[in-house]
Amino acid sequence: MSAPIIETHELGRDFRVRDGVRRRTVVAVDRLSVRVAPGEAVGYIGANGAGKSTTIKMLAGILVPTRGSITTCGLRPVQDRRRLARQIGVVFGQRSQLWWDLPVRDSFRILAAIHSLSPVAERERTDELVERLELQELLGTPVRQLSLGQRMRAEVAAALLHSPRLVVLDEPTIGLDVLSKQRLREFLVAERRTHGTTLLLTTHDMGDVERLCDRILLVDRGSLVYDGTLAGLSRTVGAQRIMVVDLASPAGDLVDVPQTRHVGSEGSGMRQRLAFDPEATTAARVLAAVSERAEVLDLAVEEPDVEDVVRRVYASRR
Amino acid sequence: MGDLAARTAPYRAVLASRMRSQRSYRANFALDLASSALVGFVELAEVWVIFRSVDSLGGLDLAAVVLVFGVADLTFSLADLAFGHCDTIPTYLRAGTLDVFYLRPQPLLLQLITSDISLRRLARAGVGATALVVGLAINDVAWSASSVALVALALASGFATFAAMFVWAAGAQFYLIDGAEATNAFVYGGRYAATQPAAVWDRPLKAVFGFLFPMAFTAYLPVVTLLGLPGPEWMPGWLGWCAPVAALWAWLLALLTWRAGVRHYQGGGG
Repeated sequence: MSAPIIETHELGRDFRVRDGVRRRTVVAVDRLSVRVAPGEAVGYIGANGAGKSTTIKMLAGILVPTRGSITTCGLRPVQDRRRLARQIGVVFGQRSQLWWDLPVRDSFRILAAIHSLSPVAERERTDELVERLELQELLGTPVRQLSLGQRMRAEVAAALLHSPRLVVLDEPTIGLDVLSKQRLREFLVAERRTHGTTLLLTTHDMGDVERLCDRILLVDRGSLVYDGTLAGLSRTVGAQRIMVVDLASPAGDLVDVPQTRHVGSEGSGMRQRLAFDPEATTAARVLAAVSERAEVLDLAVEEPDVEDVVRRVYASRR
Repeated sequence: MGDLAARTAPYRAVLASRMRSQRSYRANFALDLASSALVGFVELAEVWVIFRSVDSLGGLDLAAVVLVFGVADLTFSLADLAFGHCDTIPTYLRAGTLDVFYLRPQPLLLQLITSDISLRRLARAGVGATALVVGLAINDVAWSASSVALVALALASGFATFAAMFVWAAGAQFYLIDGAEATNAFVYGGRYAATQPAAVWDRPLKAVFGFLFPMAFTAYLPVVTLLGLPGPEWMPGWLGWCAPVAALWAWLLALLTWRAGVRHYQGGGG
């Protein structure tokens, strides 16, 4: 196994905040121990204030940990910040790396100079990013005139111009329309496939997690509460799958199918929704049981909603 | 040389873009230049108005004060041009620009300094330069190699000292609430103090702007030395030669404050 690209050990960070006249200490991150291998795509999820942004700032060397240790790309983020900057790319959803009054093209040129790219490397990488992120039309436009979706694509290109090994995205799809989200996700998947880039992203958008990540880290109040696949997360909280069946003729509610719970019916029972626990039964068995009772024309199985899963994890811990 | 060019390329790229963008709005830029020059002339006029009612101020006559004004205003304006944006750290923090600096492989302070440049200050520097030239012409300067050296030293040190004030302000604003208000008192108050004869200050002011923030060393003391005048209390006439020492002190103070500010921002240790 290769050396981890991110490794934290008992990492913790406190903030002193003013609470009226008194000062108190808020624990933003607590005893976080994580290893991420090169090439992984990790979703770092949790509610607002769970400590995600704080962790990212420690990864990038912006904040100093209060406790524990952290290495990013084999470097100490704070002490080796300038060397780390050549290997890491960060997209902050809320803050721009571009120069708002300059055309997108000029921002890329300046960033190429900042990262000391050779003219050949600059041209090749810029061309690649422009093509994959469909930026051709935007190159001459001042950043301040871009729509949010356009700007976000330009931000991602800016953060990836120096071909970082590790790309950290903090809420990259926030506020984007469906099409923009999809384009960005497709780009990230392709970038990872062609360059073996490691991705770490924080998001509230479960579509991001489902389409981009093969591993999930779930934090609650600064602590890691789950580390594994999305499917595994659903299983641990007993999240249910939903089978939607379209029937040939109106039927009464299917309340007696074993190991299922009737969720609802539409069109006089022509379409019915049954929830089942994938640990207790299978979709095939449920379908067989339904077919004994009515003629099934079509069916769909809905995966558990991830937000719902996260809510369940939080609820079980309160 | 090639190495130097490569090392400075990131900074030059940013600065060139800043200059391009300021000049690209021509009307706006012209207006900025004009208003900046106007403010400079008003301040110069203020000196002249004061001398309508007095013949001498702190042992200096009008001609000498014009020279003090010229040195102080020229060096301050040039420092303001290159470093003035540094004392707006709260803006950089709010926009997240500082976090973005952390993601680039250059030192933070150098990135901050080279992140902007205010070309409109050129007009103000022009006023200062005019006052300097006039001041040198109308005063009875005993020209020699050493007096030329003194003027050159004063200009370089004055620029460095004022530049350090902006860097100091940047560092202090990390942990002062309403930092810009507090640091402005010293940065712009200091600039104003620098255009005045330090002899008229009371003792606390002499301690603060004479030595802690060495404003007296930027223009007044070099002029006193240049014109061969006796210095005021605490400040003998030869002290003008110590302007570089004052500049070094100002930079020491600035860099220590900057380092403390950055550590405060990152949350201790480091």
